[in-house]
Amino acid sequence: MSISMKNLASNTMKRVLAAGVVLLVTVTACERSVDGLSQPDLTANPEVFINSFSPGLEYYPYEGSLNNAFSVDTDNKVGNRGASMRFDIPNVGDPNGAFAGAIFRDDFGGRNLTSYNALTFYAKATRGGSINDIGFGQDFLGNQYEVSRKNLQLTTNWRKYVIPIPDASVLDESRGLFWYSEGPEDGEGYTFWIDDLKYEAIENMAQPRPSIFNGEAVTQTAFIGSSTRVTGLGYTINQADGQDVTIVPSSAYFTFSSSNPDVATVDVTGQVSVVGTGEAEITASLAGNVATGSLTVESQGEFVSAPTPTRDPANVISIFSNAYDNVGVDFYNGFYEPFQTTTSNDFEVNGDNILAYENFNFVGIEFRTNVPSIDGTNMTHLTMDVFVPNEVPVGSSLLARIVNNVGGGETSATATIFQNIGSPRLVSGQWVTLVVDIRGMADRSNLGQIILAADGDNNIAFRGQTLWVDNIYLYNADAAN
Amino acid sequence: MKRKLISLCTFCIAATLTWGCGDQNEPEEKFTNLVWSDEFNTDGPVDPERWIFDIGTGAEIGLPGWGNQEQQYYTDRPENIKVEGGMLHITARRESFNGSNFTSAKILTRGLFETTFGRFEASIKLPFGQGIWPAFWLLGNDSNGTVIWPQIGEIDIMEYRGQQPTVIHGSIHGPGYSAGNAVTDSYQLNNARFDTKFHVFAVEWGPDYIDFYVDDELYNTITPADVGSNEWVFNDNTFYIILNIAVGGTFVGPPDDGTPFPQTMLVDYVRVYSE
Repeated sequence: MSISMKNLASNTMKRVLAAGVVLLVTVTACERSVDGLSQPDLTANPEVFINSFSPGLEYYPYEGSLNNAFSVDTDNKVGNRGASMRFDIPNVGDPNGAFAGAIFRDDFGGRNLTSYNALTFYAKATRGGSINDIGFGQDFLGNQYEVSRKNLQLTTNWRKYVIPIPDASVLDESRGLFWYSEGPEDGEGYTFWIDDLKYEAIENMAQPRPSIFNGEAVTQTAFIGSSTRVTGLGYTINQADGQDVTIVPSSAYFTFSSSNPDVATVDVTGQVSVVGTGEAEITASLAGNVATGSLTVESQGEFVSAPTPTRDPANVISIFSNAYDNVGVDFYNGFYEPFQTTTSNDFEVNGDNILAYENFNFVGIEFRTNVPSIDGTNMTHLTMDVFVPNEVPVGSSLLARIVNNVGGGETSATATIFQNIGSPRLVSGQWVTLVVDIRGMADRSNLGQIILAADGDNNIAFRGQTLWVDNIYLYNADAAN
Repeated sequence: MKRKLISLCTFCIAATLTWGCGDQNEPEEKFTNLVWSDEFNTDGPVDPERWIFDIGTGAEIGLPGWGNQEQQYYTDRPENIKVEGGMLHITARRESFNGSNFTSAKILTRGLFETTFGRFEASIKLPFGQGIWPAFWLLGNDSNGTVIWPQIGEIDIMEYRGQQPTVIHGSIHGPGYSAGNAVTDSYQLNNARFDTKFHVFAVEWGPDYIDFYVDDELYNTITPADVGSNEWVFNDNTFYIILNIAVGGTFVGPPDDGTPFPQTMLVDYVRVYSE
């Protein structure tokens, strides 16, 4: 067994995936041949690793992970017999793999886990650590019924842990019996052990509480053709000792529905597609329990796209546009504390991405910390298209500023458009192009930040509004186009 | 002779009744005479001929937090208390209301039904969660305010901490044995919980004894011997029934961000039998 595991451990992900494809085809063919009949009887063996590997179990580390992180340890174990699973998490920057992670898969065709309600195990670590992801259902064959218990806290003593199954009725052919992914703690590697890893029918777990959107009622502006996903999936259950345990299940455990399919539809994976004008509420349930949280789609109808930029890409440095390749950006909303109110509700319509700023007062876009700053020496202007979906309050103005040498020797260039003076005007319901002439900047070789703001301390008219932005780029107006 | 005949005959009827309903949880044969009950069979507000409300935070009667640092504001709104589908619903909510962060309800039979001795039972499905404190209890008459707690006596047929869904507590409070020094015992379910189905909580109370039951299993008997040299205040006074959910307080600690709200206690019936 150990020889086989070593071989597998050195395999690349590609080979693992290829093997998975073959197996998937085999399984599908098998299902066809018994069309209308029940699945062939799979073992309900609950054991994953007790004193050694259970039959059929194979080890597949993630690509890029420390391949030899896992070993079988006969010195540390629960009880007197056998062995435990040992995981050696690497230090930061370990050239052999900066993290550890793997799946443990049943390669005898799967197990029938429908009579259990939890995966349980004992664990301890050389230090108090928290495992980033640990769970079941990851099989490299689509990971359909994946479950993760996030940030599982370990102690230096053996303790029993429970990962509840949100709905065991779907696990009649389960191959991904166990998986984990973990990196260093505070930069340091450490070791943890797992033993008596098995599926169980635990008494007295009750009060299941599934959730979507982290239990929040979310509202989103949308248009015909736009799409979004149901996110923030969760599942909490109460144990006999009164403690809640929360996991992150995959979308396949949920049943999604739309209150108005003429406005928005939702498929089995939680993909929401907007098909009409009006309002629709997306909700979910899991094994008959209504999930907390919802998405209200407010569809405005057909989306008016910003005009497609026509400048030669050779004379453009693009920061946000579907028409060009964009440079790396740290963020499109810095959520500057404590005075910023602006939130982001970015959306995508028919392949066109839009930055949507809500409750606007100001916002920063930066490209200087984790990405290179922009050398705009050969550029003459910054441009962006802005759209105000609601009525523009009288006296409103919008400022755009680009900053060089952010935080030390700053220089900047600014342009402002107004609701009631100048040209172009800040108007509602149509795209307006805002251009900043940057030729006057003494230095524009280290551009790092763009600020958008409802202009002026005394001008609060535009604060709190919704603002959409597209096609933010620098260009050289002097180039022969 | 005549007396004997009558008593024999009474026994016959009781026996027949018991046999006829053999699959139900009939009271012990000692307490067979149903003297008071609420089956909660009429949808709407609770029956004003059977129950009164406590309203507020207790500060109204000089007892803020009802003497226990409880955090709820009691109301008689249908959001907090109603009869529906054959059940009493008492619901604790997390909401801002008159300066409190939680609302709930508390009903009492004070002045409407008070008695000494008997079997008091209720079939209840309990809520759950950190800081949720439901109770089914009896309090002694205070003789128009001239006798104060704990001298009046208190019998807690069922108290429960929402963070311990398999355990309930039965207690008595009297002079010298109240609050943290109450005479108490706990009952723990094996392989079941109090928040997933109905359980019957009962006391059988007579001269110099109180027996505590869960689902007709006797788990504790309290007698004057258990209060030592202190006074046994349960042989003369009349007592009334209380049902409530407190939120927070000394017995359970405060609710936390993970406590799910609303939380509802369902009561199928409350019945009182005499000998």
